[in-house]
Amino acid sequence: MPRIKDIAKACKSKNAGPFELTLDIMFNDLDTFEKVRATGVICPALVARLYGVKESEVLFTEYPPALAFKATIPRRIPSGAVGDTDVYGAQQHALLLDVELPI
Amino acid sequence: MANEVRMVSVSGILGYGFPEASLVAAMKAKPHMIGVDGGSSDPGPHYLGSGKTLVPTFVMKRDLRLLLREAIGAGIPMMIGTAGGAGGEPHLQATAALVREIAKEDGLRFKMALIHSEQDKASLKQALAEGRIHPLGTAAPLDEATIDRAERIVGMMGPEPHREALAAGAQVILAGRGTDPSPWVALATHHGIAEAPAWFAGKLLECACNAAIPKKHDCLVVTVRDDCVEAEPANPELRCTPLSIGVQMLHENSSPITLKEPGGTLDTSGCVMEVLTDRRVRVSGMKWIPAPHSIKLEAVEKVGYSAFTFAGTRDPGLIGQLDSFIAGVEAASHTKIAALGIAKDAYRIVFRLYGKDGVMGEWEPAKDRVSHEIGILAEVVGQSQEIANAAIGLVRVTLLHSDFPGRLCREGNMAFPFSPSDIERGAIYQFTMQHVVQTRSPTAMFPIEYEDVEA
Repeated sequence: MPRIKDIAKACKSKNAGPFELTLDIMFNDLDTFEKVRATGVICPALVARLYGVKESEVLFTEYPPALAFKATIPRRIPSGAVGDTDVYGAQQHALLLDVELPI
Repeated sequence: MANEVRMVSVSGILGYGFPEASLVAAMKAKPHMIGVDGGSSDPGPHYLGSGKTLVPTFVMKRDLRLLLREAIGAGIPMMIGTAGGAGGEPHLQATAALVREIAKEDGLRFKMALIHSEQDKASLKQALAEGRIHPLGTAAPLDEATIDRAERIVGMMGPEPHREALAAGAQVILAGRGTDPSPWVALATHHGIAEAPAWFAGKLLECACNAAIPKKHDCLVVTVRDDCVEAEPANPELRCTPLSIGVQMLHENSSPITLKEPGGTLDTSGCVMEVLTDRRVRVSGMKWIPAPHSIKLEAVEKVGYSAFTFAGTRDPGLIGQLDSFIAGVEAASHTKIAALGIAKDAYRIVFRLYGKDGVMGEWEPAKDRVSHEIGILAEVVGQSQEIANAAIGLVRVTLLHSDFPGRLCREGNMAFPFSPSDIERGAIYQFTMQHVVQTRSPTAMFPIEYEDVEA
């Protein structure tokens, strides 16, 4: 079964302001995007489970114009505050890479 | 013929660079303005706190000189949002000083507007007392103590202050903190373009060729009409495609469909994209839903002074008991620091363990996997730099020389790459406010100063 890292065109994270982190998963073509969408695997519950946040805290968007799924969650620690490990939030995507997609 | 406005953004951030040939090519489209975003909260709280510019002024000057030469030469406005990186008063003034310097060196004359965005604490307390400050998302209500503790507070302006400066005839507009699209939205609406396409155009232009492929720091030309927006990179090697436009709509925001801005919401759910050429895309169908004006606050407070040390270990015996070793080092360090008369609540020790969970911290699920070598970043945040320096020195020595069961590396546990091994980081800050202020007018919090810049 392919994993996100095998078939995604991009899988990335970035700050959305100092207090939120946004995760984007993008695919190469509409066919793959639609097949992935049909599995329902990429959803708020998945993000909530992987990142240990409440499902109600996940702002989730399917975005066909960019063949993308987007999830925005609260940061673990605000950007640059004491104990933060990732000021730009650019390396918090890794938990998504091994998610299996039954397509 | 329908009203049409052409606008250029030269780069993602002033000072990130762009090819001079691209700007020259962009000018052939006869733009009504050229501009660039000057900053972001993305590089963290240091810049708003310290007042330092994100990009060194020496680096910003190159981009600014080209922008001024082309804008003044063509008789069009040159606009910069979130000047100097964080948009506070020192950032705005550093950018203005550069503009004056270039005008003098290059013999340029123009009317300049400086739009201030720093907020004074008394006015914010009054707004708080009047019930006009509201939390966003899950944030707690704002209190006076948070306002008092802030090192610097800026309001994020919308396009209205820029429009006021345009109406007053300013040709060079430098603004403090604003929502990124605001200079372009102001220019388009100043020429009578409807808000929906103006905001969409601004959203595309804020990061310039982030909306193109291959993604580069380069110039983007956007043409906006009442019913559509067209984007094309100035550099013939770059292309805008429906996908590249979609990527920009996803960039650094919480939703690509509902974009909340100071005076309303840009709704892209009905957007239709048309490929006009292999490098040019037309987007139509965006909507603007007006809302009462509210201004988002951005603030930082000082949390202390930091010093850190970095070391690596390659000892399998130590790595095999890393967590207990670090806990032991921390406890022994506290004992030694207490012996100096430093109270426990006057400092914090923070370890980041690279090769274990240094990147993701508590989010790291691979708790039982560690590398054959581990990088240890030990930091102390103290109430003073003296405390941080004293404490980190003791943490370093304790990391190097602590015993552990089965220890063979009896001369030292750590490889330090640098001498000196302890590095002062100075004052450190954290972002605090996640709040908006309801304003009577979208320009009231942003006073504008005008100045005739003479060569």
